[in-house]
Amino acid sequence: MKKRKSEERFAYSVVSPALIIVFFVVIAPMVITLMYTFVNMDSTSTRTGQFMGLHYYISALSSAQFWADFGRTMYYTVLSTAAETIVGLLIALLLDQDFKGVKFLRAITIIPWAIPTVVNGSLWKLIFNGQYGVLNAILLRLHLISSYQSWLGDPGSAMNAIVIADAWKMTPLAVIFFLAALQGFNRATYEAAMVDGAGVFRRFWVLTLPYLKPTILIVVVMRTVEKFKAFDLFYIMTRGGPADGTKTLMYDAYLKAFTNLNYSQAATYAYLIAIIVVMLTVAYMKIMRKGSDELE
Amino acid sequence: MNLSKRKLRLRIVQYVCFAVVAVGILAPVVWMILTSVMYPKDLTSLPLKLIPTQVTFSRYAELFNDTNIDDAVYVFKGALLNSVVIATFVTLLSLVVGSLAAYGFARLKFHFKNGLMMLTLFTYMIPPVAMVIPMYLIFSQFGLLDKKSGLIVLYLSFILPFIIWVMQGFFGSISKSFEEAAEIDGASRLQTLIYIFMPIARPGAIATGILAFLMSWDEFFYSLVFTSSLNAKTMPVAIAEFNGKFTIDYGMISVAGVIASLIPVLITLFFQKYIVMGMTSGGVKE
Amino acid sequence: MKSLKSIVSIGLSALMAVGMAGCSGGTNGGGDTSAKKGVTLKALFMKQAGYSETDINAMTKDFEAANPNIKVDLTFVAYEELEPKILTAAKTGGYDVVLGDCIWPSQFAKSGMVLDVTDRVKNLNVSDIYQGALDSTKYNGKYYGVPWLNDVKYLYCNKSMLSKAGISAPPATWDELIADAKAIKDKGIVQYPIAASWSQAEALICDYTVVAGGFGGAFVDANNNPTLNSDANKKALSFMYDSLKSGLTNPKSLEMIEDDVLGTFTSGNAAFALNWTYMYNESKDASKSKVVNDVEIEPVPGEGSVKSATVNGGMPLMITAGSKNPDEAWSYMVYLSSKDVQKKYCKDALPIWKSLYSDSGVISTGGADLVKVSNTQYQYIVNRPQVSYYSELSNNMQSKLQSVLLGKEDAGKALDELQSKAESLQNG
Repeated sequence: MKKRKSEERFAYSVVSPALIIVFFVVIAPMVITLMYTFVNMDSTSTRTGQFMGLHYYISALSSAQFWADFGRTMYYTVLSTAAETIVGLLIALLLDQDFKGVKFLRAITIIPWAIPTVVNGSLWKLIFNGQYGVLNAILLRLHLISSYQSWLGDPGSAMNAIVIADAWKMTPLAVIFFLAALQGFNRATYEAAMVDGAGVFRRFWVLTLPYLKPTILIVVVMRTVEKFKAFDLFYIMTRGGPADGTKTLMYDAYLKAFTNLNYSQAATYAYLIAIIVVMLTVAYMKIMRKGSDELE
Repeated sequence: MNLSKRKLRLRIVQYVCFAVVAVGILAPVVWMILTSVMYPKDLTSLPLKLIPTQVTFSRYAELFNDTNIDDAVYVFKGALLNSVVIATFVTLLSLVVGSLAAYGFARLKFHFKNGLMMLTLFTYMIPPVAMVIPMYLIFSQFGLLDKKSGLIVLYLSFILPFIIWVMQGFFGSISKSFEEAAEIDGASRLQTLIYIFMPIARPGAIATGILAFLMSWDEFFYSLVFTSSLNAKTMPVAIAEFNGKFTIDYGMISVAGVIASLIPVLITLFFQKYIVMGMTSGGVKE
Repeated sequence: MKSLKSIVSIGLSALMAVGMAGCSGGTNGGGDTSAKKGVTLKALFMKQAGYSETDINAMTKDFEAANPNIKVDLTFVAYEELEPKILTAAKTGGYDVVLGDCIWPSQFAKSGMVLDVTDRVKNLNVSDIYQGALDSTKYNGKYYGVPWLNDVKYLYCNKSMLSKAGISAPPATWDELIADAKAIKDKGIVQYPIAASWSQAEALICDYTVVAGGFGGAFVDANNNPTLNSDANKKALSFMYDSLKSGLTNPKSLEMIEDDVLGTFTSGNAAFALNWTYMYNESKDASKSKVVNDVEIEPVPGEGSVKSATVNGGMPLMITAGSKNPDEAWSYMVYLSSKDVQKKYCKDALPIWKSLYSDSGVISTGGADLVKVSNTQYQYIVNRPQVSYYSELSNNMQSKLQSVLLGKEDAGKALDELQSKAESLQNG
């Protein structure tokens, strides 16, 4: 009992500095923002200050606009997270090996991640530019396209362009996580399997992949949360266009707060985003747990 | 298939992948560097010359020589310094405070542990853009506007939850035998934490530290709203200021990009050894 | 348990008060004693805004010299930062004087973020100010600021392309412009004669305002009721779509903003372009432009009974609601927009005062062509709807107009939908 109590006291002492900082800064705004979702905070409305109950939640969830934004957000999230995770894992596997030049590759891997988003967005905007972008120039020269394409001028391809720009910059993060995990991987079992005659894919599937499961979970959850909150790249590259083709829940929330000056709608969207993310996280964890149960 | 043929196949696969990855990584970077030295006229000319015939380093010169406080270029230098200071403090603080907390969440038992962890994580999941208005009012009351200290505290508020969550993932997978041994030897909890646990956890902590640095380095929106002068303005905001109301200065943005990327790249290169050294030294078990 | 609950509720209401009352905290320095000794004004300006920072600093120093008890702290931010900063600081008086985009006064006025200065404006020589410019700060019949930076869109032509196609005079109507463009395209002079900024941005609404105005359409009527789906507006939108379809307007216009239009024009890839004042100097800059000698600036065309219509893109000065020194703020604003100051710095931005356009000093410094064209063009300024819901309406319009221009929606139907959206915003 004494031990338990002293453990608890020690636990609180190590945990409190961080919690104090976080809550001190964030709790009040979070609570106020939550209140905004229940009270009319539309600064141009005649009924500002009026209690609105669940009105904003209901009107958001029943609006076509919300679900269109949601669809686009999911497309962006799934596509870019999958790309980052899969490509990141593959690159990590490559970097984990030993061959001449791997050190060089390890060194340059970090570069895309180091480029600030505001620069990355502008860079890709220039690359994808429909009139004088370098992508068009190269593809035309390779005869892969017949004329310059307006990548950012079409709603579908604009979203894909953002996925590419985002995944290019953020894949190194997944690489670092997977590489750190791989470095701790027990080689002995792996080599034994090789001797036993198991092929590359089988070794990977049965030994490496399950080992990496927790890391995959962390990467996927982390990236999903970030995708739902993603703002800077959309702001720089497309402003939600063309024809709303890249307008995500997050970007819409920003518009509602800063151009429509309807803080209630913005706050509601923000909380709905958080709730969706929580649900997705719980879902991921359930899937992961189920997967490992099956293996055992 | 005999062994050497197998090895050859492996090598070929490795080098093909190497080439693909290297090109994929470097092509846009090279383009960014080229853009930074190309003349504006060439950037918009058709057909586009992939390798420019004339280059100008005038933008870099402008960056180093400009002392006019009004110019965006001058502001960039100051903003870069602010970014370095802020990111460094955020990283150090979040590593110290964050790893303590992560240790608590990962290894210790206490009441409300799950609830606190979930609340902390939840704060990380709420988009900052929505909280900015109330935050601004509060910071204004406390006189934390346009101050580096204000930004540091603000950044910690969203980086810490994330760091704690990631690190406790790493920490949780470390074997308990070392701590148990230390306890038997009579070490206090604190001593165990600092002298036994932390060295083992170092690679994971360093990877997380890099993460914290880059998150702070990259942050744009809070800085946009909460800073106004060189007192606290950070590099991403300064870069955004190269754009006018209608204009986008790709050349200057690329220059800023080259310079602003160098710092995190150098830091990561320096610390890469520690990540690669791996967790094997501490006996990490699944 | 009960006491805990009451503590929580008291705490929450305290937070509410902080959040919603737009707390009076946040001192902005300077004395607030009645003697008004040593007042410090905080002013928010934009970078690269017509007048350079050096110029604005100089103007401010002169003002301070003439008003020894007032000091002014200047902040310059990128255009993107202006609105968020004004929104967050307006009620706490973080800034006294702010520079804003002409589409913001209505919204700011309705939200109580800027002061009503109607009475003060009366003391200015309003008859000498271009009506369109003055009205940019009008909301519900009251004025909320002073016009300062003028800007409208002009029609830019590439002289040599026009003469190669045998066109002797710039087009005066939109139909003429289309015919000219077709002639230029048919002769193979340039693939897409017209360059426009039709990406999903305010730029698109600006261009649409120009074209719709030229066709006699308006987005709101005299009582500020929306009239988005008028026949003239439908005609204008279809006109824009047809110009894309027939290959006269550059299809990349859908991802272009003003700077891309500039790039297209200065690289010799457009015969006609709509753009702001800044393009005039930029396209005559040999280090950036290939068409230095071919630049012609003309008033925007009209159609039918409308001689010309252009959109106001100016930026007025406003006083924030939270300002503790509105009188000093007003005198600063009046100084900056005064005839003498505007005349002195007319190289960077054209004045708001009609009489200055016949002033020889202004003509020689500002550039004869530009001054002459502006004198004409400023008489046909159209302001975008001055309604409090303009920003939200604009976002909806941008998205719908793009849909139409991409060929995904019919112009008439889209405008009908926008009209009902506008009506619901008006009643909301």
